[in-house]
Amino acid sequence: MTRFIITRIIQGLVVLLAIYALTFVLVALTPGSPFSTERAIRPEILAQIEAFYGYDRPPLERFWTSLTNALQGEFGPSAVYANRSVTDIIGEAFPVSLMLGSISLIVALGIGIPAGIVAAVKRNTWLDYLPMSASMVGICLPTFVLGPILVLIFGIGLQILPVSGWGAPEFIILPAATLGLFYAAYFARLTRGGMLEMLNQDFVRTAQAKGVPQTTIVWKHCLKGGLIPAITFLGPALAGIIAGSFVVETIFQIPGLGQWFVKGALNRDDFLILGLTVLFAALIVMMNLLVDIIQVALNPRLKYEK
Amino acid sequence: MTARTAKMVEGAESRISSQPTADDLEKGSSLWSDAWHRLKRNRLAMISLFIFFGIVLFCVIGPFFSPHDAQEQDLLKGALGPSAQHWFGTDTLGRDLMVRTMEGGRISLLVGLVATLVALAIGVIYGATAGYLGGRVDAVMMRIVDTLYALPFTIFVILLMVAFGRSLWLIFVAIGAVEWLSMARIVRAGVIGLKKQEFVEAAVSLGYSHSRIIVRHLIPNVLGPVIVIATLTVPAVMLLEAFLSFLGLGVQPPNASWGVLINEGQQNMDIYPWLLILPAFFFALTLFTLNFLGDGLRDALDPKSSKD
Repeated sequence: MTRFIITRIIQGLVVLLAIYALTFVLVALTPGSPFSTERAIRPEILAQIEAFYGYDRPPLERFWTSLTNALQGEFGPSAVYANRSVTDIIGEAFPVSLMLGSISLIVALGIGIPAGIVAAVKRNTWLDYLPMSASMVGICLPTFVLGPILVLIFGIGLQILPVSGWGAPEFIILPAATLGLFYAAYFARLTRGGMLEMLNQDFVRTAQAKGVPQTTIVWKHCLKGGLIPAITFLGPALAGIIAGSFVVETIFQIPGLGQWFVKGALNRDDFLILGLTVLFAALIVMMNLLVDIIQVALNPRLKYEK
Repeated sequence: MTARTAKMVEGAESRISSQPTADDLEKGSSLWSDAWHRLKRNRLAMISLFIFFGIVLFCVIGPFFSPHDAQEQDLLKGALGPSAQHWFGTDTLGRDLMVRTMEGGRISLLVGLVATLVALAIGVIYGATAGYLGGRVDAVMMRIVDTLYALPFTIFVILLMVAFGRSLWLIFVAIGAVEWLSMARIVRAGVIGLKKQEFVEAAVSLGYSHSRIIVRHLIPNVLGPVIVIATLTVPAVMLLEAFLSFLGLGVQPPNASWGVLINEGQQNMDIYPWLLILPAFFFALTLFTLNFLGDGLRDALDPKSSKD
C-alpha cells in the first residue's frame, strides 16, 4: 500500500510538471503581450516593463525561473493588476472558492448517493422512477442554464434568496445548488448502477436465503462495492465543479478563483493563468490520488492487480 | 401421442414456421436491421428521435421561411415580448429571437456534429491501434489516456481558445481534441476482443498490412459501440461549446450559438425572461433527446448490456 501511494504521488508530480510546461507553452504562444494597451507606449517604457517582468529573457530561462519560483510557492506578479502578486490573489480568492466548491460537493454527494441507493433498493417503483427522471433532467440542465433559472425562480420570482453577491450564509445557497445538483444527478445514476450490480450478486441471494434482513444486506454487504463507481467519479466531478465555478461565479458575482481565471484568460495575464492552472491541476491530482486510495480500501482485490 | 408430446411437436412446428423463409434469408437479418427493430420498440428513444429531427429541421430550414433576418436590428422594437409578428419576441437590439434561436441552433448542432467527428477520428484510430498492437505499446498508450482523463480539460480548451483565436474551426478541433478519450477506451476493448478471431488471422496470413487490417477488418466490427458513444458525445460536445460561448470564449458575435443566446438572456432575465427561457428550452430539449437516444441505441445495438 505504501509503495502504491508513493508511486502515485510521483506520477502526480510528473503530471503536474507536464501541465506546468504545457500551460507555459500555450501562454507563450498566445499572440500579443499582456502589456499591450490601447494607447501606444513609448518603446523605452515598454522595454522597462518587460525587463521588470522578465520578458526580455529567452523563453527557456523564463520557464526555469518561473518553475523554481513556483516550487517555492511564488507565482510571480500579476501582469495586469499592478502591484498584486498572483499568490496574493490566490490567498484572497481561494477560501471563497474552497467554500463554494466543498459545499457544492456535499450537496452533490448528500443528495446523489442516498437517492441512488434508494432507487436501486426500491427498483422499478416510484422511488426509483422519480429520482431517476429527475436526474435525467438534471444532467440536461448545465450550470449556465440551471443557475439563471434558479435565480429567476427564487431570487426574482419568490424573492426569498439574494440574486447575487457574497458574504452571508444565504448567498451560498443558490450557487451551491446550481453547481451541486448537476453532479448529484450523476452520482445518483452511478450509485444506482453500482448498487444494482451488487444486489444481483450470488452472495446476496445466499444472504437472503439465510434470512439476513434486507437492511443488513444493503448496508453491510453491498454498500462498499456499490459505491465504487460513484467514488471513481469524484475526480472528474471535482474537475467539473472547478470549471462550473467559472460560470457560477460569473452569474452570481462571487469573488472566487473562477472569475479571476476567466479574467486572466481574457486579459492575457500570463502569471495568473499559469498559477491558477497549476493550482486547479494540483487539486484534481490530489483528488484522484485520494480516489485511488479509497478504491483500494473499498476493494482489496485491486491491490493485487498490478 | 400424449398431450405433452403433442405440445412439444406443436412448439417445434411453430418454431420452424417462425424461422426465416428463404426470402428473408436472402435479405438477411443484419445486426443493423435487428437493432432498428429493437430501437423502434423503445418508445422513449423513438419520441426523442422525432423531437430531435424536429429541432434539426426547425433550425436548418426554419430561417428560409422567416420574414426576419437574424442580423436585422431595429432598436425601436427592442426587447418586445412574444407577439404575432415576432413569435419568440425580440432581443434588446430588436433582432427577431426566433430566427436567432434557429441560427444559433445551426451553429450549436454543427459544432456538436463536427467536433464529435473529430473526436471520433482520433479516438477510433488511437484505440484501435492500442488494442491491435497490444503489449507495451498498448500499456503506454492507455496510461496516457488515463492520465489525460485526470486533467482539467476545460481549462485547456479555454487556454487553446485564447492562444489561437476564437474561430469556429478552432472550437471544432479544441473540443474534439478533449472528447476522444472514452471513444479510444471503448474501441480498444472491442478490438482486443476481436483480434484473436479467425478472420483477423486470415487477414494476417494473407499478408495484409497492420493499417489495412485495422481500418478494413477491425474498425467496421466495432461500429456499434462507436455509434452509441458518438451519440452520447454530441451532447457533451454541445455542452462544452455552450459553456465556452457563455463565458465569451466561444462563438463570437455577430454569430450566435445557443450558449451565446443563453448568456445574453441571463444578463437581462429579470426584465425580459423570455430571452433566457426560449433558447435555454431548445438547448436543454436537444441534450435531453440526444441522451435518451444514446441510451436507446445502446440497448438496441448491444442487448446484453443494459444501462443499469
